[in-house]
Amino acid sequence: MEFKGYLRKNGVGIRNYVGIMSTVGCSADVVQKIAQLNPRVKPIVHHQGCAQTPPDILNVENVLINLALNPNLFSVLLVNLGCESTSLEKIADAISKVKDVKTVTIEEKGMSEAVSKGLEITKKMCTESKKVKRKTFDLSELKLAIKCGASDTTSGIVSNPVAGRVADMIIELGGTVVFGETTELIGAEHVLARRAVSKEVADKLYSTVSTIEKRAMSMGVDMRGGQPTGGNIRGGITTIEEKSLGAICKTGSSKLIDVIDYGDRVTKKGLIFMDGPGRELEALTGFAAGGSQIMLFSTGSGAPQGFPIVPVIKASGNPYVCSNLSEHIDADLSSVFYGYETIDSAAKKVMNQIIDVSSGKLTKAEILGYDGNFDIYCRGPVI
Amino acid sequence: MSIRKAIIINVKDNVANALVDIKKGDVVRLDIGKMHFRLLIKSNIPFGHKFATKKISKDEKIIKYGEVIGKATNDIDAGEYVHIHNVIGLRARGDLEKTKT
Repeated sequence: MEFKGYLRKNGVGIRNYVGIMSTVGCSADVVQKIAQLNPRVKPIVHHQGCAQTPPDILNVENVLINLALNPNLFSVLLVNLGCESTSLEKIADAISKVKDVKTVTIEEKGMSEAVSKGLEITKKMCTESKKVKRKTFDLSELKLAIKCGASDTTSGIVSNPVAGRVADMIIELGGTVVFGETTELIGAEHVLARRAVSKEVADKLYSTVSTIEKRAMSMGVDMRGGQPTGGNIRGGITTIEEKSLGAICKTGSSKLIDVIDYGDRVTKKGLIFMDGPGRELEALTGFAAGGSQIMLFSTGSGAPQGFPIVPVIKASGNPYVCSNLSEHIDADLSSVFYGYETIDSAAKKVMNQIIDVSSGKLTKAEILGYDGNFDIYCRGPVI
Repeated sequence: MSIRKAIIINVKDNVANALVDIKKGDVVRLDIGKMHFRLLIKSNIPFGHKFATKKISKDEKIIKYGEVIGKATNDIDAGEYVHIHNVIGLRARGDLEKTKT
């Protein structure tokens, strides 16, 4: 199977964006201003990068570098304030080894000058980006991220099993599938660990889950209400164990090849687990930094959001959501819910959607522009 | 094809999920593996929510997907609604840790 993408030095992109990225929360306004004046560029803004402990600053730098290296970005303009903790030089240096990167610093001459400089740079970048054309590539070039969100009972019986079948198909074709949401392995880690390729990978999985469980427990409360969320509970999910056992259906049946840290680049083929939270804003960022060019998002009660630089295909097996929220749902799996269609047959259709979207077809979140927000997962306090 | 009203996921499970809103007093047909049976529903069960498929005693494990999803805080009758009012999770219970110390 093949798709039409853009060849990069470090892989194949399925979009050809020029990105403008803030290296600290304080430079987000300038990024947004440039994007308003040049709507062809993708603004990438977040709230992190300063007044955090050194491990978090390193993490933010790592995530920003890896996000910029995502093959969906042709080139990148970095906008910093000047006095922040993240190192603009370090981030720019790492990106420059792979793609064109320029920088603008607000504290040099203020916002107006930064915006006009940024506009000039991104105009040139957009002209350059048009020279790259789509070519045919094997599907094994894809790193598909699989995520579930706004889960309800239908997630565990329809959309996650369909996503799992898709994951198996991508891996059988030589591709890579990455998933995360460590909190949503609590109570199901033993099932997944049986599929680990080695004892070392199984141990890594157990220790990652145990770390996040202890962090949640350190608050001295029952996690229920936060995880599972209020919406999960209204959707029929009673405990984190039930949510997790439904969530892991989206990982299919392939061997678990590796457990990696949040935002690290995925370098191995096959099924990869990335540590991170369940919340969309930060979870999708980790996968995009990992190098995922496309995401399949299984939803019960209808989470509509995409991601700034990575197309997100929304799939739901809840018949009410498929009908009421059809403007957000790309893959309507209600026929599986009703028992009219098999999981296999639905998964084949989703595979075709993945090929179409990878070759340029827009997702509903892209069409609606419901894809502007994200954040970076940090483990320490804001100080 | 008639719409299935409820589903049992694994043969080991002691709960089923409603696939439609089920009313107290309804009788639903359940199929799992080679087992086919009818069950009188004893509470209103909202779409997507669970009911017990057999009698579950207080402190007994609740099984779904063939795995433990929590334990009962009361005796639960077959056909009765199963959710946060009569089931607690066993994991990430920081509240219990606090009581221990």
